[in-house]
Amino acid sequence: MARPFVLPDLGEGLTEAEIVKVLVAEGDLIREDAPLLEVETDKAQVEIPSPMTGRVERVHVQPGQTVKVGQVLITFAEAGELMPRPSPAPPAAAPAPAAVAPPTALPPREAPPAAGRDEGPVPATPATRRLARELGVDLRGIRGSGPGGRIRDEDVRAAAAAPAGREEETGPEAAPAAARPLATAGLEPPPLPAFEKWGPVERAPLSHLRRTIAERMTLSATLVPHVTHFDRADITELGAIIGRNLPAARERGVSLTLTSFLLKAAALALRAHPRFNASLDAQAGELILKRYCHLGVAVATDRGLIVPVLRDVDRKPVMEIARELGALARRVREGKATLEDLRGGTFTISNIGALGGTGALPIINYPEVAILGVARAREEPVVRNGQIVPRRLLPLTLTFDHRVADGADGARFAADIVRRLERPDQLLLEL
Amino acid sequence: MVMGDLVREVDVAVVGGGPGGYSAAFRCAELGLEAVVIDAGKRLGGVCLHEGCIPSKALLYVAGLISAADRARELGVEFGRPRIALDALRRWKTERVVGRLARGLASVARSKGVEVIGGRAVFESSRGLRVEGDEPQKLRFAHAIVATGSLPVRLPGGAPPSERVMDSTAAVELPEVPERLLVIGGGYIGLELGTVYAALGSRVTVVEMLDGLLPGVDRDLVQPLARRVERLFAAIHLGTRVTELADSGAGVEARLEGREGETFDRVLVAVGRRAQSEGLGLETTRVRPDARGVIPVDECCRTEDPRLYAVGDVTGEPMLAHRAMRQGKVAAEAIAGRPSAFDNRAVPAVVFTDPELAWCGLTEPEAHAAGRPVRVARFAWAASGRAATLGRSDGLTKLVIDPASGRVLGVGLVGPGAGELIAEGALAVENALRAEDLAATIHAHPTLSESFMEAAESLLRGA
Repeated sequence: MARPFVLPDLGEGLTEAEIVKVLVAEGDLIREDAPLLEVETDKAQVEIPSPMTGRVERVHVQPGQTVKVGQVLITFAEAGELMPRPSPAPPAAAPAPAAVAPPTALPPREAPPAAGRDEGPVPATPATRRLARELGVDLRGIRGSGPGGRIRDEDVRAAAAAPAGREEETGPEAAPAAARPLATAGLEPPPLPAFEKWGPVERAPLSHLRRTIAERMTLSATLVPHVTHFDRADITELGAIIGRNLPAARERGVSLTLTSFLLKAAALALRAHPRFNASLDAQAGELILKRYCHLGVAVATDRGLIVPVLRDVDRKPVMEIARELGALARRVREGKATLEDLRGGTFTISNIGALGGTGALPIINYPEVAILGVARAREEPVVRNGQIVPRRLLPLTLTFDHRVADGADGARFAADIVRRLERPDQLLLEL
Repeated sequence: MVMGDLVREVDVAVVGGGPGGYSAAFRCAELGLEAVVIDAGKRLGGVCLHEGCIPSKALLYVAGLISAADRARELGVEFGRPRIALDALRRWKTERVVGRLARGLASVARSKGVEVIGGRAVFESSRGLRVEGDEPQKLRFAHAIVATGSLPVRLPGGAPPSERVMDSTAAVELPEVPERLLVIGGGYIGLELGTVYAALGSRVTVVEMLDGLLPGVDRDLVQPLARRVERLFAAIHLGTRVTELADSGAGVEARLEGREGETFDRVLVAVGRRAQSEGLGLETTRVRPDARGVIPVDECCRTEDPRLYAVGDVTGEPMLAHRAMRQGKVAAEAIAGRPSAFDNRAVPAVVFTDPELAWCGLTEPEAHAAGRPVRVARFAWAASGRAATLGRSDGLTKLVIDPASGRVLGVGLVGPGAGELIAEGALAVENALRAEDLAATIHAHPTLSESFMEAAESLLRGA
């Protein structure tokens, strides 16, 4: 009997995921724990490992498709009914020396067309096929409206917009990703003008990650009254300490960064200012104070913004924070972060210093209360004891939820972070 | 290990500088990825440019000139016997054709910021490789593209180590015009190079193990070529094996199955090409080539190792440069996260003999073998005005049509210029055009391309 493999429960109320890559093909023999698929959920791109050793009988999904928890992704054949692994090369008409192989009618690994339907390649131009891949539409499930059954761009767009399961040819498993509107935060955006009037335009679908970012930022910016406090920290001394200890840290396989110290300073300041380490329960009219300190760090990836979370930052030495941060950022950039890596944050740091700028006002990572924006440190003339001396100044912005804290609270909290950054020796001694 | 410390990081390491490799590297660069090409000869263009498609086509052009001059006699124009200056011909081929194109590719690489490293790449893991040879170094990559191509298959049982016994690489070097040349293998390489040497004055004998020239190709297309090469070549032995080859000093003694021994001045072994995946250290990755050395890939050119891609001949048949180039671009785009796939329906194949053969998409024999109903439209060039003005009426245009929808599923051509004409066939198949679309498109008169229109119209008559 064939054994279906369904999208497992991803936890934290997640109900769906987008297939990014299918790492196996029909006929493949797969070991237990070998990666089957890469999926993107909420904010994580994760590999789903095989729960069993067996032969892949059918792959039911394709990249770009959105699948629900419990939906069948792959069917495994039992050990007794192993199919022979299909050769990825087209069968040669005559395995002869110096034979010119006949050109392939079907590309490797393209599944055979369903019985009863038109055989042979799906009739669509290469540009239409590219559009279908972008929109996550399976061309084999579409009836073309063009001459001779040719599938046109409009057919693909219509299939992408159709609610799952409406196309009679496609079962719920093969439902194409629908181009559904973004969730709003109460306000409906007014209709857009017809931009085509002024010149050619192109419509690009949003990736799952982009969609998530868009919805969450809209929610936070609409729901939370943001207020921002500006400050600057003199990190001349901290910079010198980092510079001196870089080689020693590197020998231990750690890349010592300013962000590690920022994390430590913020975590210690949060301990002293617990209302910034909280969430507002508007329904209950209560503030939920968190007795743990897990800090999110905004990481730019080629797919979009991702915020991995470091646990218990207040209780870890700087070197340990630096080590964990390095490993975490690497996992995120390689798309190997787990859902656990991305959840449970209580406060976020967004350090855009590497990209320059004099300051930034990030949007609060809802339902957190505050976010620290960090721009590039610069040497600036500072007056000290009547003398102008060059000092290295780090611009900081603390943006917080005005429902939870007032300007004075924010100023004190920011000053605490600044003070800790300016006394790096204490930061290093703190555990 | 001293070198171990100097590890260079790149986004994409492309192993092999042939058409698949350089296309991949150039596309990577266009998409903002840092790509380097590691090539044993520190050259771009690979076998195709340096010892395959391009030099052989240059020589076939010359063969065509000689043949046209010869045929001109029938039309009342006498050129006299051609005198061939081999040095000048080699120089033209090597410098003006291959050299010029190679310099062009190198300058494209420079302008795109693609570095070419000379040496042999050996994988050490799914993340790194070492380069052995002239520029030893270590590379750590996010992704690698294996584009190592293919090698000529050696004769089963082996050939004697003799410079009289050549593979295709040696033959396009044009070492001399032997008086008697034995070509082992009646496939496209044997027939193309046999045509060159026959035109230059060699007495060419072709021996093919199977019972027809160009095994696997539609017989309708092969027949006009077979008729022509019967006159061009001294002898064609089908269904015949070479049982023995020995260099006697004065020539190569060849024993053909069921025949007397015969002496040749040179022998060309052209019995096929095989994927080149040996010695690459692939055992340190998750890539496992099959028994024929072929690396299995999916439609994005991904191997079983998520960090490794493979394109071109090393991924198996059809071993054609233009397929490799398209695959290279697909691999680069997939690595860059674009929705790309090698989902092409039509990979045109061209045999540059005289007449040329070309086909793409579904062939009539393939349709029959698969039990798939098709309608086949034929247009013989005997009825083509343009073919008549060229003094050539031995061509044929074939369309393989889906009976239900009228879509063009495949095209086959034989005749002079078939290699250029197949472009229309590929466009029709790739874009799912119908016979009626071809019939209603105006084709310039008088041209050979009208044969597409004529063939399509023949299907629609009475409809």
